[in-house]
Amino acid sequence: MHAVIDLFQGGRLDLLLIQTVNGIVAGMILALVASGLTLIFGIMDVVNFAHGELFMLGAYVGVIVIVATGNFWLALVISSLAIAILGAALQIVTLRPLIGRDPLNTILATFGISLVLQNYALWQFGPVARKVPEPITAHFKLFYLEYPWYRLVIAGLSAAIIGSFWLFLKNSKYGIWIRATTQDRVMAQAMGIPVPWVYTAVFAIGAGMAAASGVLFAPLVGVTHTMGLDWVLKAFIVVVVGGMGSLGGSIAAAILISLLESYASIWVDPSQAVIVSFVVLILTLLFRPTGLFAPTAK
Amino acid sequence: MTRRINKAYWIGFMVILALLIVAPLVLPEFWRRFLTEVLIWGLLAMSSDLLIGYTGMISFGHSAFFGLGMYGAAGALLLVSPPNLWLAIGLGLIGAAGAALFVAYFSTRLRDIYFAITTLIFSQIFYVIIFTWTAVTGGENGLIFTRPRLLIPLIYSAKFTSSTLHWFVLALVTVSYLILRRITQSPFGMVLQSIRENEARTRAIGYPVERYKVVAVMLSGLFAGLAGVLYAIQNQFAAPDFVYFLTSGDTVIFNVMGGIGTLVGPIVGAGFFQLMRELLSRLFGDEFPYLIPLGIIFVMMIIFLPQGLLGFMRRWLNR
Repeated sequence: MHAVIDLFQGGRLDLLLIQTVNGIVAGMILALVASGLTLIFGIMDVVNFAHGELFMLGAYVGVIVIVATGNFWLALVISSLAIAILGAALQIVTLRPLIGRDPLNTILATFGISLVLQNYALWQFGPVARKVPEPITAHFKLFYLEYPWYRLVIAGLSAAIIGSFWLFLKNSKYGIWIRATTQDRVMAQAMGIPVPWVYTAVFAIGAGMAAASGVLFAPLVGVTHTMGLDWVLKAFIVVVVGGMGSLGGSIAAAILISLLESYASIWVDPSQAVIVSFVVLILTLLFRPTGLFAPTAK
Repeated sequence: MTRRINKAYWIGFMVILALLIVAPLVLPEFWRRFLTEVLIWGLLAMSSDLLIGYTGMISFGHSAFFGLGMYGAAGALLLVSPPNLWLAIGLGLIGAAGAALFVAYFSTRLRDIYFAITTLIFSQIFYVIIFTWTAVTGGENGLIFTRPRLLIPLIYSAKFTSSTLHWFVLALVTVSYLILRRITQSPFGMVLQSIRENEARTRAIGYPVERYKVVAVMLSGLFAGLAGVLYAIQNQFAAPDFVYFLTSGDTVIFNVMGGIGTLVGPIVGAGFFQLMRELLSRLFGDEFPYLIPLGIIFVMMIIFLPQGLLGFMRRWLNR
């Protein structure tokens, strides 16, 4: 309680602002992860349980490329491409045979994939966390903190990736194919759109976005084989709170939840701050089970 | 016709039960323990089959019920001396029922995939609470306690041996199986199955679908809690690892491998999974990531054998 009084007497207002910046940065990464998830769900009706593992593997591929070439930005590109190809392969091998079956089968299949990928990472890379140096080491002064520019770059890059993806959906030929498939897959097929390949492409794009966020995030805490589950859980919460399948809703929910979590961690341990997002989820389920930011009329 | 098939079923049931009763007398210590553990995992998987196989709801949160049963039993055994077996079971079941009520109330509002995700997230809430509330739960280290005596009031009281423990577990699992089988065949169970087949139509006929789902989750949670209590008694510890998502994941794997909607299938699935795991780590050493081949088998089974190992006898087992 003391901390709260302190805060509003102006003594800790700087802390609040710092946490706001932190929250937005974390929110943008989360939005990048969640938008891949929500895209795959919105178009294919597949809940991709393995999304967190693609994020994690993306980070590991990033680590390998950085160690080999020393170039972070090259790592970002190579890792996204590599994981996108892996995603396409996984989709063709495991999800394509399941098209037309109960969607619950796909959640089971992607869960199986996530087990395999996670244990592969543990086996291949070992349990020790890998550190990645920040590509931009400059700092600027934010109150009493030396705040790294890199974090703002992450937020900006995430926003840029999501934004360019949105433009791609809106304007390009293939983006229109994807949107047509979302709206009515039977009619899309009848119009000559190769729907199975749209699915594969969408899965690959989502996987690539997860990998990109993994590489961007890697310098902040290091890379471990268990990071996938934390992120996929958070992304699930975001996607449910934002309204399943809604890109804008996911972004808004990602920022909301990250902000609340980072405010909460002013007072409690970060491992307990997670509970805040659980509470948001429960309240959403109670009062607006279709999602906070989903359009009301369907 | 039906009577004859029924007779074959009960003969099969008796034969397998008899084999399981005799097993600890002939098996060496390691495999005796192994078999008991498979029965406990089987009970956990069977409890979740009531949701997956009969109601069409995939729960990714059974670790919460299992874990709360475990910690409930641990609480009873640590707080009351001398430790009492039935008190442990009672408190474990109360713990699991509490968790189940919480999960059921919120997550049954949602269907299909949303249900699966919310059960997962709720189990994670319990995990975070147990993991961080060190003063009560022992945090990462968990709780260690002594095994209570096997006590049947007025008749029998003795220390558990690995054989009597096996029989005790077997008795509870068998009774649970019979109860669950009865539930699935009751009018209540029929409504659950009709929810699985067509929820909208079930609601249109006039059944309060949500209430049925809540009761189904509660029942399932109670049996999962019982499995947690038994596991705690067998291993004499409660650890947050068991509340973690991996336990729920294993439960789902047991179900899919053995065959959902059969009740027996999940036990077979648990046995198959644990046996493969044992086999792989004996062949390739303890470090071998056994979940890679098992995960691949799991995905292949979903694609090519969605009915599971016992799926071909599904109709027969439910008769």
